[in-house]
Amino acid sequence: MLSRTADGLFWLARYMERAASVARLVQVGNRMSNMSLSLDNPGNEWRSTLVAAGTEPGYLAKHGEIVPSLVLDYLVLDPENPSSIVSCIETARRNGRAVRTALTVDTWEALNETWQQTRALKADRLAADSLPGLMDWVVQRSLLFCGSYANTMLRNDGYLFTHLGTLLERADNTARILDVKYHVLLPDHEGVGGVLDYYQWQSILRAVSALRSYHWVYHDRLKPWLIAELLILRPEMPRSLVACLAHVVDLLEALAVRYGGQRGECHRLAGEIHARLRYGRVEDIFQFGLHEYVTQFIDDMLRLGQEISGFYLNVR
Amino acid sequence: MAKADGPFNEMGMSDEVRGPYADIERWLREMPSDKLELKRREAETLFRRVGITFAVYTEGGDPERLIPFDIIPRVLARAEWDRLSLGLHQRVKALNAFLADVYGERHILRAGKVPERMVLGNESFRPEMQGFLPPAGAYTHVAGIDIVRLDADNFYVLEDNCRTPSGVSYMLENREAMLRLLPDLCGMHKLAPVSHYPEDLLDTLKSVAPPACRDAPTVAVLTPGSYNSAYYEHSFLADEMGVELVEGGDLFVDEGFVYMRTTQGPKRVDVLYRRIDDDYLDPRTFRPDSALGVPGLFAAYRAGRVTLANAVGTGIADDKAIYPFVPEMIRFYLGEEPILLNVPTYLCERDDDRKYVLEHLHELVVKETRGSGGYGMLIGPQSTAADRAVFADRIKARPADYIAQPTLALSTCPTFVEQGIAPRHVDLRPFVLSGREIRVVPGGLTRVALREGSLVVNSSQGGGTKDTWVLER
Repeated sequence: MLSRTADGLFWLARYMERAASVARLVQVGNRMSNMSLSLDNPGNEWRSTLVAAGTEPGYLAKHGEIVPSLVLDYLVLDPENPSSIVSCIETARRNGRAVRTALTVDTWEALNETWQQTRALKADRLAADSLPGLMDWVVQRSLLFCGSYANTMLRNDGYLFTHLGTLLERADNTARILDVKYHVLLPDHEGVGGVLDYYQWQSILRAVSALRSYHWVYHDRLKPWLIAELLILRPEMPRSLVACLAHVVDLLEALAVRYGGQRGECHRLAGEIHARLRYGRVEDIFQFGLHEYVTQFIDDMLRLGQEISGFYLNVR
Repeated sequence: MAKADGPFNEMGMSDEVRGPYADIERWLREMPSDKLELKRREAETLFRRVGITFAVYTEGGDPERLIPFDIIPRVLARAEWDRLSLGLHQRVKALNAFLADVYGERHILRAGKVPERMVLGNESFRPEMQGFLPPAGAYTHVAGIDIVRLDADNFYVLEDNCRTPSGVSYMLENREAMLRLLPDLCGMHKLAPVSHYPEDLLDTLKSVAPPACRDAPTVAVLTPGSYNSAYYEHSFLADEMGVELVEGGDLFVDEGFVYMRTTQGPKRVDVLYRRIDDDYLDPRTFRPDSALGVPGLFAAYRAGRVTLANAVGTGIADDKAIYPFVPEMIRFYLGEEPILLNVPTYLCERDDDRKYVLEHLHELVVKETRGSGGYGMLIGPQSTAADRAVFADRIKARPADYIAQPTLALSTCPTFVEQGIAPRHVDLRPFVLSGREIRVVPGGLTRVALREGSLVVNSSQGGGTKDTWVLER
């Protein structure tokens, strides 16, 4: 297929996944800020959300200080923020429109309807009582998009590039959501292992639709190292880093087989990252530092994306 | 209902309904207008969801505007269509012969049937095409011939579109919408199908594969990109044919052959259905500032290593100043009398014609020879004295740029508008395919001027579309 088409599909899928990821991050930020009754450090949770979304510098350049309502606007509606939900959907749709012939009617309609409704969004939807509903809607639209292409696309290279985009972005997003907890400071009178700490971890699990899964897997109360293990190392957890990377390795391999055995640095690197996750131990991760580990993983994802692009998508 | 001396109403008068419209007329009488309104809205939702939109550059507001769709179909009896179809075959055959001739031996110029100066001195004439005959002598692989009716018996050609006519996706989507929204009404009639158009198009394109192509030809659609107003159509046709939709940047020329950049490396392209204007095709041959085209494409074309459809230089056949000579072309190349009529046309560069035009501006339609899309037009009866003064000056300054025609009382069809069901003026654009043979899908795109009394049907000027039905019985 055309490199430009493959590139369009890859980024379309990434941006739809990213829109949902920002929605999930906003849900975490919102829950945490509603729970932290202490007023010592207003906006603390929202700053952590900005950092995790990789948007803190852009926000501060525009608004200067953390004001919850402005953060929300920046993360959800602001067209100047390339990672806002509205921008993600706009970019996804632009990519989708440029590769329309490669999309099934169902996939296109899921995308196009999402875009139309997003364009009609008004600032009043960010009010406290309607925000959670709106974020649920964004997540649902992203799931509808994934379901549409997974159920209707021909199993050819177009499908492989689309799915690759989804999974690469999903791995990156799970890592970022996990990192929120690192950036949220507990108030002085609240200790690690205290009530607030507990609810913050719970919010993280909820955001990746994994609270129930946690209980099914561990039959135990929430413990940070188990949560980290679930989201990083457990293959049965569909949004975990290891589960996403296993798929990425398979997809790249399927492409290589399809294209007569050609492989490049992206294939090696994906395999290496996956092996590290597959044989990794949560004790070692905590010893190394969870935040450091996650940061390194996010860098790895960036490199992997560049390698895939250089090998398949932007060949000149 | 229009008065008996008004324009020809294709449905007929209430006391005398024309045959093909019998069931439609009854259906309209029984249909409450709120139900029609509901159907109209359903159609709009459908079109928006599928994304069938058309960008209009001059307006602010919605960058992806819908072309209004009228749910009352326009109907032609099979016998009417058969005659029209014969006329279209004949006309397009002559246009292709004319193109081969003016870029070849120039018999028609030497015979004095078309003034040499008007061809060779025309901006639409491409000297680069001289001495090159494309495969099968086919130039205008897709032609949109705009037809109007003034009465029950005659079809007139308003203009020929031989470059990159658009609108066929609306013809196809309109039918889909009708089948979905009004299945009962469709079922009452025996409709000639249109949905095989993309297959016919693909066959046509494959049939003109270049001499250098030995295997099954690879076809692609070349688009200026997703910001082009007709992008939906480009992607729709590529999708329906199952071929790649490429932009200039996806292609490159190597050792005289054209390739697309794919995830598996370069892949050769044999036939390009290009929806980019001649000027932008190849910066090496045409406009050097074009970022849409492919350097070296034209040389590959002339070397017989890729086929461009439509051919380069077809603009000389649909030029408004050449239009009056088409009946003569039919006689000259085919030895036949034209089946379709031409609208009488005054060429302002001729002294007698210009004198007449300037004296009768209030009753004529004046068009720029290079204009299209309904821009740069004067409709005499609807103009002000000031409008006419402006055009008179322009005509005197650059007479060769203008032609004039009598204001035609275009036929009307019942149309659902705000005031209810009312007659509105329509035209018809059938799409004629030329490869090794000529084919026409029955029907075409009916365009309707939604404003009362308006004669301008162009979508860029607020016109709408209708499904066009050819009844098998």
